[in-house]
Amino acid sequence: MSARTPMPLVSGVAAPLVRANIDTDIIIPSREIRSTTKQGLKDGLFAGWRYTDIDARVANPDFVLNQPRYADAKIILGGPNFGCGSSREHAVWALHEYGVRAVIAPSFNAIFYGNCIRNSLAPVTLSEEYIATIAAEIESADTPALEIDLVQSEIRTPSGARFGFSMPDEPREMLVNGFDAIDLTLTHDEAINAHRARDAAARSWVYAR
Amino acid sequence: MGQTLFDKIWAQHSVKELGDVSLLAIDRILLHERTGGVALRSLRDSGRSVRGVERVFGIMDHVVDTFPGRTDKTVMPTGADFIRTFREECARNGITLFDIGDPRQGIVHVVSPEQGIVQPGVTLIAPDSHTCTQGAIGAMAWGVGSSEAEHALATGVLRVAKPANMRIRVTGALGLGVTVKDLALHILAELSAGGGKGCAIEYCGEAIEALEIEARMTLCNMAAELSAFNAMIAPDDKTIAYLKGRPFAPQGALWDQAEAYWRTLKSDDDAIFDRDVTIDASAVAPMVTWGASPQQASPLNARVPAYEEVAARESRESYQRGLDYMALESGAPLEGIKIDAAFIGSCTNSRISDLRAAAAVLKGRKVAAGVKAICVPGSSQVKLQAEAEGIDKVFADAGFEWRESGCSMCFFAGGESFAPKARVVSSTNRNFENRQGPGTRTHLASPAVVAASAIAGALADPRKL
Ligand code: SF4
Repeated sequence: MSARTPMPLVSGVAAPLVRANIDTDIIIPSREIRSTTKQGLKDGLFAGWRYTDIDARVANPDFVLNQPRYADAKIILGGPNFGCGSSREHAVWALHEYGVRAVIAPSFNAIFYGNCIRNSLAPVTLSEEYIATIAAEIESADTPALEIDLVQSEIRTPSGARFGFSMPDEPREMLVNGFDAIDLTLTHDEAINAHRARDAAARSWVYAR
Repeated sequence: MGQTLFDKIWAQHSVKELGDVSLLAIDRILLHERTGGVALRSLRDSGRSVRGVERVFGIMDHVVDTFPGRTDKTVMPTGADFIRTFREECARNGITLFDIGDPRQGIVHVVSPEQGIVQPGVTLIAPDSHTCTQGAIGAMAWGVGSSEAEHALATGVLRVAKPANMRIRVTGALGLGVTVKDLALHILAELSAGGGKGCAIEYCGEAIEALEIEARMTLCNMAAELSAFNAMIAPDDKTIAYLKGRPFAPQGALWDQAEAYWRTLKSDDDAIFDRDVTIDASAVAPMVTWGASPQQASPLNARVPAYEEVAARESRESYQRGLDYMALESGAPLEGIKIDAAFIGSCTNSRISDLRAAAAVLKGRKVAAGVKAICVPGSSQVKLQAEAEGIDKVFADAGFEWRESGCSMCFFAGGESFAPKARVVSSTNRNFENRQGPGTRTHLASPAVVAASAIAGALADPRKL
């Protein structure tokens, strides 16, 4: 049942991008979505912020991912309401293709959160205050790296500080074990069929076409 | 203890409780060419198939052009791929598709109620964040990602964590010349763009009961901007009258059974809501946004607020970013801000009642010189109805382009857009950076305000014309 790579730990460079309401249009502008597949999105990631000339792909030196120490970011430190706006899953696919495996933010848009879980990208909820503390340490650290232990529910910083977080069981298990949601659900096939039969008798008009 | 409307629909669809989440049966799945093709393809790639294809509907709305005489070719460079892939996948799976040229085509959230696909008490999902629009019919309708849509297609259920119950009671009555769009923006300014986070909203109260069904859709539509899970309005006589005779609504004896059930769908008097908010409708004025988030909205006759006035709901940084993007200064009067373009369309405000409201303002008037003005009806049905009423003429005579139905310039996907940095007054729902084009500065407003502004060439109050 392990269709994805199990991910008990995310360890790597963390880029601070602590702004509120980073929406999916910002993460992957609509016009960067050019094909009907899930690939080919990483160059469009944060295109509006990342490039001074989007068409010519001229890098904006001020944008965090263009700074050499953050270029290989595996983790993003974000602000509240991360991933709001359009439900486009391309936002998560773009982050993943770029190499991002976790986003730490005070809160997430619900659809974005669900999309993360299904694509092996850990959405870690942590208070604004702790994120500010971590961001401050990261900015002055020699290597701006973090470890996110999804089994222990703990973030470890370069100085050895530890920050506990909580994540509901189901998404955690899916990330840690690499479970595929559809396979998991299909183990309840009998209950699904029984419900459908019962409901079709009670609300027959819903099933008539 | 009593149950909320949301609790009741949830219970009806709960297949199994799995700790943090429930398996919820899904009655209706709507797909469009922008995200639907990816979901169907990915389903096929994993060797799975659609379960219960009769509950699935496909619609072309997002990528398709809205120019008269359109074909599969689009201004968006790879648009035709999206259209053809989606069409092929729908055909392969036997999914009912409202394709280009089909008289039922239009924006998914306009078409579904219009065709009677969404009904009170159903669970309905689409890989699109404005699916909550359809909660206006008393359905539990919410937006999901492509993978979740794929999950529902493959299994007929979704794994969902139950949101909190939030009630927004709107008391009193909207003033003359104040529309439901103004109410939606007023609520956003009051509660902020995160104000409905994690909540299933139920709108109720006298002002809601007074709203026609199409207006209720506008209100529920913008629950997406509140970051809510969804929004709902309990079905009433208006809902039932609205659905009667629609193509996919129940017929004959089934209709009677359905109606009896629909009439039971309301929150119990003693239901407990996790959050309760009251809004006074009589305090709402025609609104317009001045920033790059829909919560950055103020009465049209006010000025761009100083930071101190909005400090309770946003950081100085996002306030300043919004103003900088919009090229506005704190303290500037909103009325009279010069515009370059006016857009009437989108799943928020493109139904026949919206077009009628705009036409009432436009009749016998002309769009100001230099303003690009476009009207995109929400569905092919709306377009036909408007043409039957002569509304298309009113728009055309005033100087508006009259288009085929679709999402059009509600969002920019590399296709058609306004000029860079153009200032647009728009009846849509999102004023995010670059949403309507590179650097485009969007002011959200009601169709009447958009129409009045198009004529004035600047943000204008239709009540003063
Ligand atoms: S009209 Fe705009 S908001 Fe509505 S579904 Fe289309 S793109 Fe989305």
